Amino acid sequence: MSALPPYASTGQKVWHYTFRVACGLIFFFLIFPILVILPLSFNAQDFFTFTKEMLAFKPEGYSFKHYQDFFTNPDWQQALKNSVMIAPAATILATSFGTLAAIGLSRPHVPYRSAIMAILISPMIVPLIISAAGMYFFYSRIGLQGTYWGVVLAHAALGTPFVIITVTATLVGFDQSLVRAAASMGANPVTTFFKVQMPLIIPGVVSGGLFAFITSFDEVVVVLFLGSAGQKTLPWQMFTGLREQISPTILAVASLMVAISIVLLTVLEGLRRRSERLRGLSPG
Amino acid sequence: MSETATEQVLTTKDGRPLKASLARALRREKLRALVLIAPLLIFVLLTFVAPIADMLFRSVENSIVEDTLPQTVNALQDWDPSSGEVPGEPVFAALAADLQVAVDLKTHTRLGSRLNYEKTGISSLFRKTGRRVKKMTEPPYKEQFLKADKKWGQVDTWQTLKQFSPRYTDGYFLSSLDAERTSEGLQMKPEDEQIYLLLFGRTMMLSIAITVSCLLLGYPIAFLLAQLPLRTSNLLMILVLLPFWTSLLVRTSAWKVLLQQQGVINDFLVWIGLISDANRLVMINNQTGTIIAMTHILLPFMILPLYSVMKTISPTYVRAAKSLGATDWTAFWRVYFPQSVPGIGAGAVLVFILAIGYYITPELVGGTSGIFISNRIAYHISSSLNWGLAAALGTLLLAAVMILFIVYDKIVGIDNVKLG
Repeated sequence: MSALPPYASTGQKVWHYTFRVACGLIFFFLIFPILVILPLSFNAQDFFTFTKEMLAFKPEGYSFKHYQDFFTNPDWQQALKNSVMIAPAATILATSFGTLAAIGLSRPHVPYRSAIMAILISPMIVPLIISAAGMYFFYSRIGLQGTYWGVVLAHAALGTPFVIITVTATLVGFDQSLVRAAASMGANPVTTFFKVQMPLIIPGVVSGGLFAFITSFDEVVVVLFLGSAGQKTLPWQMFTGLREQISPTILAVASLMVAISIVLLTVLEGLRRRSERLRGLSPG
Repeated sequence: MSETATEQVLTTKDGRPLKASLARALRREKLRALVLIAPLLIFVLLTFVAPIADMLFRSVENSIVEDTLPQTVNALQDWDPSSGEVPGEPVFAALAADLQVAVDLKTHTRLGSRLNYEKTGISSLFRKTGRRVKKMTEPPYKEQFLKADKKWGQVDTWQTLKQFSPRYTDGYFLSSLDAERTSEGLQMKPEDEQIYLLLFGRTMMLSIAITVSCLLLGYPIAFLLAQLPLRTSNLLMILVLLPFWTSLLVRTSAWKVLLQQQGVINDFLVWIGLISDANRLVMINNQTGTIIAMTHILLPFMILPLYSVMKTISPTYVRAAKSLGATDWTAFWRVYFPQSVPGIGAGAVLVFILAIGYYITPELVGGTSGIFISNRIAYHISSSLNWGLAAALGTLLLAAVMILFIVYDKIVGIDNVKLG
C-alpha cells in the first residue's frame, strides 16, 4: 500500500488513489473544525461565519476585538482565574497519590491486584454524568458541594486513572535491580526513590500529570453540578455561553485553548521519545 | 547443609526455617506494596466510590414518608387497598396528629413534592391540607379532611401513600422503565407518558450509529497509518492527536459554528449553488448534529486502538496470500481483516461506552430529538429535583456501562489501556 508497484493494474491504481483521497477527506473532517475557528476568532463582525471582507483578505475584516473582550470581560477573567486555581491543585493531588500507587502496583507481589486496579481505574470508566450525580448527592450531604475543595477533590479523583496508567506503563521497562543495587550500597528507600527511581520514571509522571491537568482544565460536567457561581471555570463559562447567548468571544477562547493543546501535545511527544530512549526501547 | 535425615529443614543463617523466613519476606513485600497503594485507594474510595454508592442507595431509599407521617404509616398497615374503601377514622386521626407535627417542622410540603412524582396533585393536596390541619382539634377527623379536600376520599390517594410508606422502594426504578404499580398490579404507563424507554432506546440507537460511523471513518485511517513508513505516519498521527487533545467544548463550539443555518457549511453550500438560500440545511439541534459532532469527538478513540493492533499485523501474511494467487480484496478480507478484529472490538466497545454516557455535546447540539438519557438525569438533578429518579436512571446507565466494560476487559484487559 505504501508505494504503488510499477506493475499495478489500472484498477489497482484507481483504487490506490481513491483510497488516498478518501483518507484525505477523513483527515480533513478531523482537523477542519479545529482549524476553522482560528481565522473566525479574528472576525471583525459578531458573526460565526466568514464575512465578505474576510474572504477578500481585507485588513478591516479582521480584528482582535474578541480577544480584547476575553482579556477585559470580568466574567471570563474570573473563569480563567478559577480554572488556574483548580486545575493545578487537582493535578498535584492526583499525581502524587497516583505515582505512589503506580509504584506499589508495579511491585511483583500485590494482593488483590486486579480488584484494586479496577477501583482505581473506575473514575475513567464511569460516565461523567453518573460521577457528577453521585458526587453532587454525596458532597451535598457532607457540605463540600459548592466549595473550592469539593471541585478540587472531584477533579483529582477523575485525574488519577491517567496518572496510574502512564506511570505503570513507564515502570514496565524499569529495571528493579537498580533499586536493589542502590539498597546494597546503603541508600535508604527514600533516597533510592528520589535518586534512582524518580529520574527514570519522571517522563511518565509528567505526562500523567499533564493528563490529570487537562482532565481538570477541560472538565465541565462535574463542576457544573458540584461548583457554585464562585467556582465557575473556563469550560463552564463556555458551556453557558454556548447554551444561552452565544458570543464570538467563545471562538477567541477556543483558539487560545487549541494553542494550549498544541503545546501540551508537543511536550508529551517529547516526553514519550525521551522515555523510550531512557528505557532503551528505541535508538534515539 | 545438614547431613542427617532428621534435619532436612533448610534454615537461614539466624536459624529460622527458610520457608518461614521466605513467607515473612513475601508478607512484608505485600504489605509494602499495599502501603504505597493505600493513600490513593482511600482517596478514591472516599471521593469517588462513596458518591457512587450513595447514588445507588438513593435510587431505592424512601424514608421520607415514614419519617414525616410515622403514625399514619403504622395505622395504614391494616388497611387493604383492594377493598375499594377509604380507610377509617383511626387512620385520619393519625394523619391529623402527624400533619400537625409536620406543619410545624414544614416537612409536609417536602413530602408532598416527593409523592407528587408518583401521583400528580398530591403536592397541592398536602399544601392545602397543611393550612387547615391546625384547626382540626376534635374528632371526627375524617369528615374535616374530606371537607378540606375531596382527594382524601379517593382510594387512589391512600393507595399511593400506602405504597410508598416502606423505607425502600422500587418505585424509582419502575418509573425509569415507564412502569407503575396500580390497583391492578404492575403495568406499563399509558403510552403518551412513556418517555424513558424511548430515551434509553434512542441513546442506544444513536450510540450504535456513532460507533458505526467512527468505525467506517476510523478503519481506513488506522489502516493507512499502519501501512505508511513510520516518519510519515507519525506526522499524520498529529492530525489524529490534535483533536484528541483539544478541549471537548472547543470542538463542540466548532461544530456549533459550522453546522448552524447561517454557519460555514451552509454558506459554502449556498455559495457553490448546491442548495438555495431559502433551503438551508437544518443540521443542528437534531440527531444529525449529535451524530456528526460526536463522531468527530470520539473518532480518535477508535483510531488509536485500531492502529495499535494493526501495527502488530505482520505484512508477510498478506504477501504470502497474494503470492498464492489471492486478489487484493481476498488477501485483505480473508487474511488481514480477521487479524484486525481485536482492534475493532476494542475501539468499538470503547467508543460505545463513551457515547452512551455523553452529556455535554448532546446538550449543546442535540436540540430535543438528539438528547441522551444523561441529559434527562441532569434535568432531574438540577431542574425537577427528583433526585431519586435521577439516581435510578443513573444506576441503570451505570449497569449498562459496567456490562460493556467487562466485555472490554475480556477483549483488551484493564491493564492494556493505553493513552496516546
